Amino acid sequence: MIQIKNLHANIDGREILKGINLTVNKGEVHAIMGPNGSGKSTLAQVIAGREDYEVTQGEILFNGKNLLELAPEERACEGIFLAFQYPVEIPGVSNTTFLKNALNSIRKYNGEEELDAMEFLTLVKKKMALVELSDDLLRRSVNEGFSGGEKKRNEIFQMAVLQPKLAILDETDSGLDIDALRIVASGVTKLKSPENATVVVTHYQRLLNYIIPDFVHVLYNGKIIKSGDKSLAFELEEKGYDWVIEEAAELV
Amino acid sequence: MHHSLESKLHYLQSFQAVELSPNHETELPLHAIRKEAVEKFSSLPFPTTKDEEWRYTNISPLLAKSFKPADSIPEIPEKFLDEYLFDTGNFITLVFVNGYFAKEFSNIENLPDGIIIETISEAIKNHPELVLEGFSKTASEENIFTALNTALSDHGTFLYVAKNKSIEKPIQILYINEADNIAVSPRNLFFVNENADVKIIETYTGFGEQTYFTNQVSEFIVKESARVEHVRIQDEQSNAYHVSTLYAEIDKAGNFSSYNINFGGQFVRNNVQAKFNGELAECRLNGLYVTEGNQFIDNHTAIDHAQPNCLSNELYKGILDDTSRAVFNGKVFVREDAQKTNAYQQNKNILLSNEALVNTKPQLEIFADDVKCSHGATVGQLDKEQLFYLKARGINEAEAKAILIYAFASDVVHAISITEVRDHLEALLAKKLLEEK
Repeated sequence: MIQIKNLHANIDGREILKGINLTVNKGEVHAIMGPNGSGKSTLAQVIAGREDYEVTQGEILFNGKNLLELAPEERACEGIFLAFQYPVEIPGVSNTTFLKNALNSIRKYNGEEELDAMEFLTLVKKKMALVELSDDLLRRSVNEGFSGGEKKRNEIFQMAVLQPKLAILDETDSGLDIDALRIVASGVTKLKSPENATVVVTHYQRLLNYIIPDFVHVLYNGKIIKSGDKSLAFELEEKGYDWVIEEAAELV
Repeated sequence: MHHSLESKLHYLQSFQAVELSPNHETELPLHAIRKEAVEKFSSLPFPTTKDEEWRYTNISPLLAKSFKPADSIPEIPEKFLDEYLFDTGNFITLVFVNGYFAKEFSNIENLPDGIIIETISEAIKNHPELVLEGFSKTASEENIFTALNTALSDHGTFLYVAKNKSIEKPIQILYINEADNIAVSPRNLFFVNENADVKIIETYTGFGEQTYFTNQVSEFIVKESARVEHVRIQDEQSNAYHVSTLYAEIDKAGNFSSYNINFGGQFVRNNVQAKFNGELAECRLNGLYVTEGNQFIDNHTAIDHAQPNCLSNELYKGILDDTSRAVFNGKVFVREDAQKTNAYQQNKNILLSNEALVNTKPQLEIFADDVKCSHGATVGQLDKEQLFYLKARGINEAEAKAILIYAFASDVVHAISITEVRDHLEALLAKKLLEEK
C-alpha cells in the first residue's frame, strides 16, 4: 500500500529524517516507536503533506502514486488519514459542517455521489457510537473546549466517517486516561479490515496492549534502526531504548 | 480643488432640475429643509485627506466623475431579483430601481395595524406632521454628504411604527441601480415608537457596465423601550461609489442592533452615528467588510454615551484580499454624566494577501469615572495550523480558506434573528470567496 524509500526531510535546514525505508501492506498494523525527538511525528507529518518540511531525498509511493507530488488534501482524498497528536481547535466551524465538507470532498474526488444532509446524519449517528461521542460535541465547534480525551476520540470518529485506506495515529495515546485509551483503541480495532492499514506512532507500549501490531519499528535519529514483531514492543517497555541504540551503533 | 468646484456646480444643477420637475411641489414643508441643505452643501468644502476624519480616504476619484440623476427605470434581470429579494410572502418589501419606487416588485399591501410604510415622497403628502417630526432631526447637515442627500432626497422610505406594536414580518428595502453613471440619494426615516418592535433590512446593489454613485442616509428614531434590528447589506457593483450615513437616537431602555455588511463597491465610506438619549438603553453595532481587487471600504462609527447606564457593543471585522484597502475608525464617547456605562469595541482583520492594507483606529474618550469600557484592534492572517488540519481531511485550499473566513465572520452575524437573512449573507460571502476571479 505505501512504500517509503530512503526518505530524507528537513525543517528549517535541519535534517530530521535521514533515510527512512518502510513498506506497509493492506491489512497490516505497524507500530513506530522511539524516544522523543527521534523523528516519529515528523514522519507522520511528512506523509500527510505538512508544507513546513522539505523532502530532500527519497520517495513515497501510495498505491503506486507518487505521494510527494500531491497536496495534503489530495493525499487525504487518496485515502491517507493522520490522527493529529494535537488536534487543532477551529472556533466558529461546527464539527458537523467540517466533517460533511471533508467527506464530500473525498467522495467527489473519488467520483462518488456527495451525501445529502440526511444521509450524512445517518452515517454520523452510526459512527458516533463507536467512540462514545455525544451529539453535543458534534454541534460544537471543531475541538473547541474539548478535553484532551474528547479531542482524541474526535480524531478516531473522523477516521470512522472518512474510512481511510491508511490511518496514521500520531501519539494518539498521549494524554489519555485508561478509559479514554480503551475507547480509542477499541474504535481503531473495530475499523480494522483486510483492506486498510494502520500505522501507530507512539512513545509507549501501552496502546499496543489494545491495538496489536504485526510489526514494530524503532525509529532513532531519523532512521529505523530495528524492526520486529509485537514482542519487540514488550522488550522495549521492559528494557528501554538504550540497548537497541547500542546494538545499532555496533552494526555501523 | 478644481474638481470639487466643478462637481458641486454639477450637483446644484441637479438640484435645480429636480426642483423644476413638474411633480415636485415647492410649497411642501420639506422644501424648506432641502433648500437649507442646498445652502449648507454649497458652503461646505469637500473633505480632503488633511481632515482627520478623512485621513486615509481620498475622495478625489469620486469628485472627478460626473454623475447625473437617473431619468429612466431599466428592466431588472429576473435572476438578479431572485438573488437579493427575500420571499415577499414573509417580508414587507419595498424595491427601488434607480431611486424610483418599483411597485410591481414591492409588497406593502395588507400591512399590519399600527404601521405606516411608504415612499418618503408619498409620506410627506399623506403624513407631513409625522415625517417632519423626524426628518433631518438626527442627521447632521454639517456632513457634506448628508447635506447633499437631504438636498436631493425625494426617493426613499418612511416607516412609522405606532406604540406597543410588534411587527412580525421583517421589512426589506432593496435599492437596485443600473450602473449608467447615475447618482442616487436614497433617504430613509425609521420612526419606531414606545415599546414597538421592528426588523429592517436595507440592501444596496446594482448591475450593468458603467459606474454609479449611491449617497444614502438612514435616520432611526428609537423611542422608549422600542427594539430595532437592522441589517444593512451593501453589495454594490464592484465599480460603484457608495457613501452611507446612519444616524440613530435611542431613548430610555431602547434597543438598537445594527449589522453593517459590506461586500461590494469600488469606493465605500460608511458613517454610523448612534446616540443614547435615555438611560438603560442598548446598542449593538456590528460590521463586516470583505474586499478584493482594488476595493476600498471605510467604516467610521461613533457611539455617544450621553446618558448613564447604557450598554454598547461593537464588533467590526474585515477580510481583505489582493490590493484592497479598508479603514476602520470607531469612536466611543462616554460623557461626564454617563456613569455605569458599559462600552465594548473590537475591530479584527484578516489579510489574505501581502498587498492588502487596513488602517484601524479604535478610540475611547471617557469623561466619567465609574464605567466599564474596552477596545482593541487586531490585524492577522489565516491560521496555518487550522488550514492544514482542514486540508489533511481532504478539503481543498480554496474551500478550507472559505470555511475559516466564514468562521471568522460568523460572530458578526450570528445574532441576526432572521434565518433567511443569515443564509443569504452566507451565500453572498461564499459567492465572493469562491467565485472564479
